Amino acid sequence: MKLHAQDVSVARGGVSVLEGLSFELCAGEALVIRGPNGIGKTTLLRTLAGLQPALKGRVDAPEDSIAYAAHSDGLKTMLSVAENLRFWADVFGTSDISSALESFELTDLQHRLAGSLSAGQKRRLGLARLMVTARPIWILDEPTVSLDKAAVALFATAVKRHLAHGGSAILATHIELGLEANVLELSPYKTVAGSAVLSGQDEAFL
Amino acid sequence: MRALLTRDLILAFRAGGGFGLGIAFFLIVVILVPFSVGPSSALLTKIAPGVLWLGALLACLLSLDRILALDWEDGTLDLIATSPLPLEAVVSVKALAHWLTTGVPLVVAAPIFGVFLNLPPQGFVWLVVSLVLGTPALSVIGTFGAALTVGIKRGGLLLSLLVLPLYVPTLIFGSELARRGAEGQQVMTPMLMLAGISFGVIALLPFASALVLRINLR
Repeated sequence: MKLHAQDVSVARGGVSVLEGLSFELCAGEALVIRGPNGIGKTTLLRTLAGLQPALKGRVDAPEDSIAYAAHSDGLKTMLSVAENLRFWADVFGTSDISSALESFELTDLQHRLAGSLSAGQKRRLGLARLMVTARPIWILDEPTVSLDKAAVALFATAVKRHLAHGGSAILATHIELGLEANVLELSPYKTVAGSAVLSGQDEAFL
Repeated sequence: MRALLTRDLILAFRAGGGFGLGIAFFLIVVILVPFSVGPSSALLTKIAPGVLWLGALLACLLSLDRILALDWEDGTLDLIATSPLPLEAVVSVKALAHWLTTGVPLVVAAPIFGVFLNLPPQGFVWLVVSLVLGTPALSVIGTFGAALTVGIKRGGLLLSLLVLPLYVPTLIFGSELARRGAEGQQVMTPMLMLAGISFGVIALLPFASALVLRINLR
């Protein structure tokens, strides 16, 4: 399971933000992406996850290998914690949700409606979703937002276990998780202003 | 696939706003018509099929923006798009869930509301037939409109403007079928046209919906 990015440029709203990125991620490796706000971390991760096409270059990953966790957790407030996880387990064709519940200490909360959880608990549920997908490559966008210290430790343990089982992870985060990870600083790849291509946004008047 | 359908149905039950709202709106439209055109039963009998169809169509329109917007807002749509489910199947299932929660209750309620409008006895069967054949098209076309406007803040009005013209053929043949049925004329031609429209959009539109959804998620 290897993710390979070659000379990738990504664009946000038709404007190129990052250029000439190349990296490789093998099984058992983690890659931490750093950069100031607005540099294009989310855009890069969405491109890697296949939600938007790269402006240039190519991203190669084995089919059906990526689990993506965005800023928002994709939780249904009217479903219980267990129902939320079971839905994703069904979608990804897996069945075991109990280990994911345990890893993020959600077992006691499993019959609560997701809408009644605190922000940190919701985030934990969103991260537990990654475990039920059983996909090898995790792409995580600011995974530790609204987590407290103990929950960050739970998350770090879950990532380490995932890596030890031959998975890999790409994380955009500013928090030190104690992972042996390569760090990719995005600032050098920033598109120089002026070379930005403005494409049509004529529909904006609506 | 089944998981998505069950989830959507459970959410429609728990969150409300699905069935109840559409039916209540339909009921109000049907009640208001005699107030605006007068209580003459001959006139009501004449316009009943058209009014019932228009009411059902507008009631269906009410809940369209919930099909995809809710999943977009909480980030579920992004996560579904990166899941093993093909988007074509996702939009088909979404349309099916919308039909089950909106279309089916409208089909069930329409004959009851038909009584209010003095629909002739032989018209009830054809009213139900026309709605059974026509409402799936309304849901599928509506899902296409929802995919077009997903991500637009307060896109509900734009969605209505986009979808209503697309509803015209379904409305014409649907209410024509119901009218001919009520007046005891032959119904084959509008019935075949209506069925053709429904099966055509069910077969083709999910691909278009998935395509625009993919573009909108970028």
